Amino acid sequence: MNLRKENRRLSLRLAVVALGMFGFGYALVPFYNQICAALGINSLVERSELPSNTQVDVTRTITIELDSNTVQGLPWRFRPLVSHVEVHPGALTTVEYEIVNVRGAPVTGQAVPSYGPQFAGEYFKKVECFCFTHQTLAAGETRRLPVTFVVDPRLPRGVNTIALSYTFFEVPGRGGRS
Amino acid sequence: MSAVVDTHGHDHHDPHGGYGGILRWITTTNHKDIGTLYLWFSFIMFMVGGVMALVIRAELFSPGLQVVNPDFFNQMTTMHGLIMVFGAIMPAFVGFANWQIPMMIGAPDMAFARLNNWSFWLLPFAASLLVLSFFTPGGAPGVGWTLYAPLTVQMGVGMDLTIFAVHLLGMSSILGSINIITTILNLRAPGMTLMRMPLFCWTWLITAYLLVAAMPVLAGAVTMTLTDRHFGTSFFNAAGGGDPVLYQHVFWFFGHPEVYIIALPAFGVVSQVIPAFSRKPLFGYASMVYATSAIAILSFIVWAHHMYTVGMPVTGQLFFMYATTLIAVPTGVKVFNWVATMWKGSLTFETPMLFACGFLFLFTLGGFTGLVLSLVPIDIQLHDTYYVVAHFHYVMVAGALFSAFAGIYFWLPKWTGKMYDETLGKWHFWLTMIFFNMTFFVQHFLGLAGMPRRIPDYPLQFETWNKISSIGAFGFGLSQLLLLYVVLKCIRSGAPAPQKPWEGADSLEWTHLPTPVPYHTFETPPVLK
Repeated sequence: MNLRKENRRLSLRLAVVALGMFGFGYALVPFYNQICAALGINSLVERSELPSNTQVDVTRTITIELDSNTVQGLPWRFRPLVSHVEVHPGALTTVEYEIVNVRGAPVTGQAVPSYGPQFAGEYFKKVECFCFTHQTLAAGETRRLPVTFVVDPRLPRGVNTIALSYTFFEVPGRGGRS
Repeated sequence: MSAVVDTHGHDHHDPHGGYGGILRWITTTNHKDIGTLYLWFSFIMFMVGGVMALVIRAELFSPGLQVVNPDFFNQMTTMHGLIMVFGAIMPAFVGFANWQIPMMIGAPDMAFARLNNWSFWLLPFAASLLVLSFFTPGGAPGVGWTLYAPLTVQMGVGMDLTIFAVHLLGMSSILGSINIITTILNLRAPGMTLMRMPLFCWTWLITAYLLVAAMPVLAGAVTMTLTDRHFGTSFFNAAGGGDPVLYQHVFWFFGHPEVYIIALPAFGVVSQVIPAFSRKPLFGYASMVYATSAIAILSFIVWAHHMYTVGMPVTGQLFFMYATTLIAVPTGVKVFNWVATMWKGSLTFETPMLFACGFLFLFTLGGFTGLVLSLVPIDIQLHDTYYVVAHFHYVMVAGALFSAFAGIYFWLPKWTGKMYDETLGKWHFWLTMIFFNMTFFVQHFLGLAGMPRRIPDYPLQFETWNKISSIGAFGFGLSQLLLLYVVLKCIRSGAPAPQKPWEGADSLEWTHLPTPVPYHTFETPPVLK
């Protein structure tokens, strides 16, 4: 029947439009990146530039206080190996944290850093940090995790102490797979 | 409704294709049966989503954490949004489309009857996946109904179930839309030109195009999330070079047309109801059609007004602000036409008309708060506050849901052959109207005072309005049980309805078909003057 053929033709066309729009969703990805690059508005994917003056400023000493928290329910003992360190701005420093998984099963967690005072985060450049990735610990495993950082010498004069605080969140439903 | 269709079955030989009981509903290809299925499904989902809303409001009754923990609270807000949008409102209007479009254009059925059956039966599976996600480790996703990355990339298995549910829901909508477009374009009775169609058919035709264009983009966005989670891609994962803000752009490219996917069929229903009870033809029919199309086209270029605060250049903010305020023009044309239809009409206020008037009043109010939010400087202040929650509930509940109620009361006599209880219907309207405003009007104040959305706790100074809002929400929820009672009472023991219970109604189902409508209608096309 003629109508049947016409119905089929129209529905196929519409199906092609639907498929095309699915593809369009993906086409938005390069389009978005192009727009951002053209306008220079996406700073997320750019590497944060290192301090231009890499000389160590030995005239100042900054106290970095290390703090650690776990969200309620995460069966980890999480602590810094030292409670604070004294650093000179511009000097590369490494501190270590220790996590113990006290649950009888593997657990995946994600650490989120925060700074006190908050604006000090801008001057606190982490070169290496366990907070960059998920951490998965086997049952009963103990692990030492390094944080390597530089305090930018441009840190305002009035700031003599920076509190670096990490909070570990459990990544649920992963069953210990990272 | 089923009871009536059954009684009618005695007149025909083998009316339902041979199956009885549950198999009849599983195998049915009849547009009326499928419309009924859609409507009941959406009512059940409305109840499920409503209970979730009440959990939210119970927690927000007092400051501090009393009823649920914050994690579960987040799951409730997420699932409430997803279920109400995709499970309740959208299927309700597809139900109306199934029942009404073939009858209004003089077609015997939908163009693809079996596809129609499949479109519906995808929905219960999608809904089950959503509900199942509560029982996975980590629970249902608590990321907000917008499913923003990067949270979605980190969530547990529940997220995967939700993604698949969204895929199924999208597939159902796209198939349904293809069916509706084909039906309207190819199956109209001779003489039923496009510009003679009832406005409800026009709004659905345009909505269906919106669905075909927008739903696949959502499917793409959640597929990207899925591959980010399991297949090592990094669309939204900043660690791998992706960008979480990209998700918001892709999502809202779907999300804003989605707003009109919900609103346009509601406009269509109201455009049938208001002329019927004003006993006048719709004022400015052609301008209504053009306004609907203009809204649909504009809806694709305003998406970033949902994300003024992500850090976009001022030029971008200005463009999206002007484009958004532009939508007020065709919407204003519509509101003007509805009011002009009522102007000097012989008005009566039966329940459908009450709901249509409630729609008109409250939807316009929601439109105005939308206009407020479209302005960048104000939106930056109000972003993610209860002002936004109040705004979109005015357009989603008082807009879409009120119009669905109007449609139910309007067509129920035609579908079942029996009248509903007018007194109870009016009670339903007034209770709904009062409790709706009690729930949501005060949320404007909370938002202006700075209460953020999606947080289970709040400072003491917000307590009074939150208490009022919570009491209103429980009243609103309980009032909806009255609707169920009215519908059941109508099906069981309503007084017989005449062929045309509403004096001013003039579309084909009233003028050419008996009440209740036979199981098969317009097997030979009607003759149109």
